[in-house]
Amino acid sequence: MQAPGDQLTSLQLGITKRYGNKTVLDNLQLEIRKGEFVTFLGPSGCGKSTALSIVAGLIPASEGEIRLNGERVDNLPPEKRGFGMVFQNYALFPHMTVYDNVAFGLTLTSISKAEIDKRVQDMLRLVQLLGFEARYPGQLSGGQQQRVAIARALVLRPRLMLFDEPLSNLDAKLRVEMRAEIKQIHANLGLTSIYVTHDQAEALSMSDRIVVLRNGVLMQSGSPQEIHDRPKNSFVADFMGFRNFFPVRITALSNGAATATSGNLTLRARAGDGFAVGSDAVMAIRPDDIQLGPGAGGAVTVPGRVEIVEYLGREQEAAVRTADDTRIWLRTAAHMQVGDQVELGFPVDKVVLLPAE
Amino acid sequence: MRAVANDERSEFDALALFCLLPSLLYVLAMFVYPFLYGVYLSLQVQKIDGFSLGNYVAFFSDAYQYGTIWITFSLAIPTTIIVLVLSLCLAYGMRRGFFMERTITTILIMPISLGVILLSEGILGFYGSQGWLNQMLIASGLISEPFILTHNYIGVMLALFMQQFPFCFLMLLGYISGIDPSLESSARMLGATPSVVFRRVMLPLIAPGLAIAFALVFVMSFAVFPSAVMLGQPAGATRTISIAAYQKAFEQYDMPAASAIAVVMGLCQLAALVLIILFRRRLSPAATMGVGKR
Amino acid sequence: MRGRMWRLALYLFILGFILNMLGIVTHVVVSSFAKSWFGSPLPPKFTTAWFSYAWTNFDLGQVLGVTLFIAVAVVVLALAIGFPAAYILARRNFRYKSAILLLYFLPLVIPQMTYGIPLATTLYRYGVGGSVAGVILAVLVPMVPLAVFILMPFFEQISLNLEWSAQVLGASRAQIFRRILLPLMVPGILTAGLLILVNTISNFELAFLLGGGGSQTLVVALFYNMFAGGVRPVYSIDAMAVMYMVMVMALLLVSLRFVRPTQMVFRLDR
Repeated sequence: MQAPGDQLTSLQLGITKRYGNKTVLDNLQLEIRKGEFVTFLGPSGCGKSTALSIVAGLIPASEGEIRLNGERVDNLPPEKRGFGMVFQNYALFPHMTVYDNVAFGLTLTSISKAEIDKRVQDMLRLVQLLGFEARYPGQLSGGQQQRVAIARALVLRPRLMLFDEPLSNLDAKLRVEMRAEIKQIHANLGLTSIYVTHDQAEALSMSDRIVVLRNGVLMQSGSPQEIHDRPKNSFVADFMGFRNFFPVRITALSNGAATATSGNLTLRARAGDGFAVGSDAVMAIRPDDIQLGPGAGGAVTVPGRVEIVEYLGREQEAAVRTADDTRIWLRTAAHMQVGDQVELGFPVDKVVLLPAE
Repeated sequence: MRAVANDERSEFDALALFCLLPSLLYVLAMFVYPFLYGVYLSLQVQKIDGFSLGNYVAFFSDAYQYGTIWITFSLAIPTTIIVLVLSLCLAYGMRRGFFMERTITTILIMPISLGVILLSEGILGFYGSQGWLNQMLIASGLISEPFILTHNYIGVMLALFMQQFPFCFLMLLGYISGIDPSLESSARMLGATPSVVFRRVMLPLIAPGLAIAFALVFVMSFAVFPSAVMLGQPAGATRTISIAAYQKAFEQYDMPAASAIAVVMGLCQLAALVLIILFRRRLSPAATMGVGKR
Repeated sequence: MRGRMWRLALYLFILGFILNMLGIVTHVVVSSFAKSWFGSPLPPKFTTAWFSYAWTNFDLGQVLGVTLFIAVAVVVLALAIGFPAAYILARRNFRYKSAILLLYFLPLVIPQMTYGIPLATTLYRYGVGGSVAGVILAVLVPMVPLAVFILMPFFEQISLNLEWSAQVLGASRAQIFRRILLPLMVPGILTAGLLILVNTISNFELAFLLGGGGSQTLVVALFYNMFAGGVRPVYSIDAMAVMYMVMVMALLLVSLRFVRPTQMVFRLDR
């Protein structure tokens, strides 16, 4: 029986989790507001699923609290928190029909049979599975099972929805379809959701806010645009597709732009706070942001020789070797061949300045 | 990691025959044939030609003989129930691993490998009226007269329990820990308390394993022999059906009669198995549909 | 919390059971060293004389010899017969495979007493009852299937590709067997051998039904001596039991270096 608590206005976390002397979550602090779709993003082992399980109440935190609307919920067992959860492997009860699976949570309350029936039908209609009531999970496809799992959690009108990599077991095409459906359900029902994934495309397309984790440490938290365009450290940049990294020394800072040198290369980038002239840093740029051809308006250019060309269909990804033996990856629609001499341009607004590691 | 070809017929070639033949012949010759021979023999009565149900008639007209069926059932069924209930409680409670798991499971293997003779001898000593248990209880003032726990029904049950419990516990533990743990988690997220989780989610999924465990433990308990002799009253209250069969074979040298009793024993075990299967089918028709294994 | 209390009760039960086991075994050990012992917590005087008494009076030298001979014979034969069968069953699928597996399964599931009586009858009729050969033949009945079922998973772990690549490189069947399969199967053979050994030595029902005067195994001799007429002091019986126990425990400890405890118990997930 869920706690009949109020709907969620805010959820605050400050949790640490240790297994023996291994710290799996290092003081993860976060606040989630009503209606937000927050994604925990990171590689395997970064602690995102652990964090989700702690919020759910399935694992206890080693230290810290979770507060819902200011009141502590981390001392409640999972069945009393009023959260809904969708699991990676769906976790449908194999010995119950689709109807019984979806109705399960409702049968534990004092809601009348007629009302249960109505809610289950409404939910099945929402996930487009009307007519499947009498089937067993073993008779459904992966996508259908996932929808039953979602329906089963939503029918209880949870105040927070938790998604643990729900699409990982589906094939690519289905994944794209389902993520649009999940986002739509979230919006239409006015849910508040925490979503866990390692897939950055999923995170970018679905989230209001992304929290990037690495080895239990929060690396960056922000909107998809911020995470994508303005990563704050090398890990996030690397994870989000910045393939070219240059260790540099800052030579000048002015008007939010930094100039720095890396060997014979001089680069310019947007600069935030926290950097000083003379200090070491890292500059990074995406392969798709590098321009081909003679210097275009203010951009630094570097000559090089094409070493490798990978044909990707509409574009090519190429490795270019510069004079001081640096390899730079670029992606372009222009046709290139191994051996070509090219000029690479680095637009200032596409180069990011990152702290040295 | 298995590579198995698709064409069934070509898979059974000369090599397959060569490899299977020794064991196949052995099992057929030494298991199936004696079995059939035993049935055949049971229909022969000593000193009478041709087939006859005489042995069976004799068995069922002598209360000393057919009474063993009741005695054996009344030993096997309570033992099986107790073993199963305790094993289930323990296996379920410890399904997610427990302290010193490896050490404990090793110690639990001991009764199985030490064998029933050593166990029975030890029980006689430990639980006997002069044994340590009674001594401790008397010394601590809890009782004044020793409990009579050996050379009776209780002694046999003790031995049976000690043999069957570790086996049943480990079997169920393996089975239960093979059930997808996220089923439990999802049930709890849906508002189910631990007892609801057990009753409505886990128990139906454990049921098939329980049925198999019940069947195995019962069948083995029904065939109880050495502990019935050593710890019971083989001539009286714990005269099990296997004792009756043994006596016919090796004390009275009446092989046909012994075979008949063995057949009766086998039929009783078979009847119990059939009942368990039927019962299970009625109880959980959907449990067979894609059980939630990891 | 109710959950905590429940777990505590379970641990207490396990503790009780283990103490019970230890108590039983220790009692036998103490008794074997007792000069005489009636109703006191510990014997007033200790002696090791019962061991030599048991050795001579129960002809333990001969009994041990017989037991070891039977055990080794069963292990060797069960492995020899079961090894090829396990190989084929692990590698191939064919129409009667399930039926064969079920057939092999029966001697392990049906209690030995139930099929032991007809088996003994048959073997006696052919004149091998009561002899060492008879015991070996009888104990092999459940041990051959055991060998098959233990070896099968080990075979399944050896990729078929290894055999194919050897064939492509020109190896004959015999060479593949000798130089690839056999070495890779050593862990499996070891595991199966040890489990069969332990099972054979502790086997009672079949050894009892088929054993006679000179072909009693240690366990059977132990049983007989408990019920034979005449003077059989319980301490000497316990001394014999201790010797048996030491033997089995030693084997058990060796096995556990190679085998997990749960592998020694029948698996439900087949």
